[in-house]
Amino acid sequence: METINSEIFTLMYGSIVRQLITDLEDITEVNKQLDTMGYNIGVRLIDEFLAKSRTAACTDFRDSTEKVAKVGFRMFLNTTANVTNWNPEGTECSLVLEDNPLTDFVELPEGCSKLKYCNVLCGVIRGALEMVNVQVECDFAKDTLRGDELNEIRLKLISEGTEAYPFKDDD
Amino acid sequence: MFSGRLNLIDRPVAKGKSEISLSAFSFLFSEMVQYSQTQVSNIGELERRLEDAGYSIGLRLLEMLCFRERNSKREIKLLDALKFVHSTVWKYLFGRQARDLEQSNTADDEYMISDNDLFVNKFISVPRDMGQLNCAAFVAGIVRGVLDGAGFPARVTAHFVPIAGQPRPKTTILMKFDASVLQRDLRLPSS
Repeated sequence: METINSEIFTLMYGSIVRQLITDLEDITEVNKQLDTMGYNIGVRLIDEFLAKSRTAACTDFRDSTEKVAKVGFRMFLNTTANVTNWNPEGTECSLVLEDNPLTDFVELPEGCSKLKYCNVLCGVIRGALEMVNVQVECDFAKDTLRGDELNEIRLKLISEGTEAYPFKDDD
Repeated sequence: MFSGRLNLIDRPVAKGKSEISLSAFSFLFSEMVQYSQTQVSNIGELERRLEDAGYSIGLRLLEMLCFRERNSKREIKLLDALKFVHSTVWKYLFGRQARDLEQSNTADDEYMISDNDLFVNKFISVPRDMGQLNCAAFVAGIVRGVLDGAGFPARVTAHFVPIAGQPRPKTTILMKFDASVLQRDLRLPSS
């Protein structure tokens, strides 16, 4: 797998966020735009993930989140996440990231405390899982840029569809 | 304000050895290009937005590279600055030195750095109605930021130059320096 210096990635993401803030000015709009961009990335990223990782089909939501956290993050961001904090029904969990390449040199200024800097990650996870028929809601519970110790993404399973064969057999 | 974690400027500067997959970069870059396309109305503006994105990166990159590689010494002569871009900056971005560094035959304030197959353009296919769009304008912006921060203001653009015998054109970063830069360089004592 081809790799490049991760700092250029970090710096480019910072440049994107800065451009968005200058263009949109409203922080909630920026958060939404980052999520949309992440979603667009996620729906294409899932193909590459499945092709390169050659994993078998996941058995349930737990398995899916483990794959996302261990294989997915390692493949694309060269870092791993841990899956913790399962709720009793097994439909909600947290992905905990210790080091996040997106935020390597970043400090949030006073006026941007509502900015979810890494919201693109939430969009990517949501988009990728949606393409395999798992609808989730994805949000940041803890953020190092806002003073917490580590990054925590909260994943909530909304629904799991079955694989629908797209063509009718009798046509 | 933030307890527990050190303030950003007190933390040691990272060694810069970590890597990330090319596909992650390419996905993000494609989103940036797509977003920029919604904000502009023609190709020139699109290239300018990519360049501006690269410019802010270049400014920061100059500081970091000088600190890491050169013990905070900065180049003051034009040729040394060009060599800095050609080797240090290129090695940081692409893992190797650039292919050529040459001076233009027609004007003595123009210099060109060329390279083949920049990874920035690896997954980009330009439709025919976009003509000469070169997304290496992003790299041109980085170079402009580095040169501007070092005190060599220039207009930097990226072009495709077809080469005989090669299936794909090489990418040339063309730098046109301000007259003040050349005049200052003449005044400096040559080493």
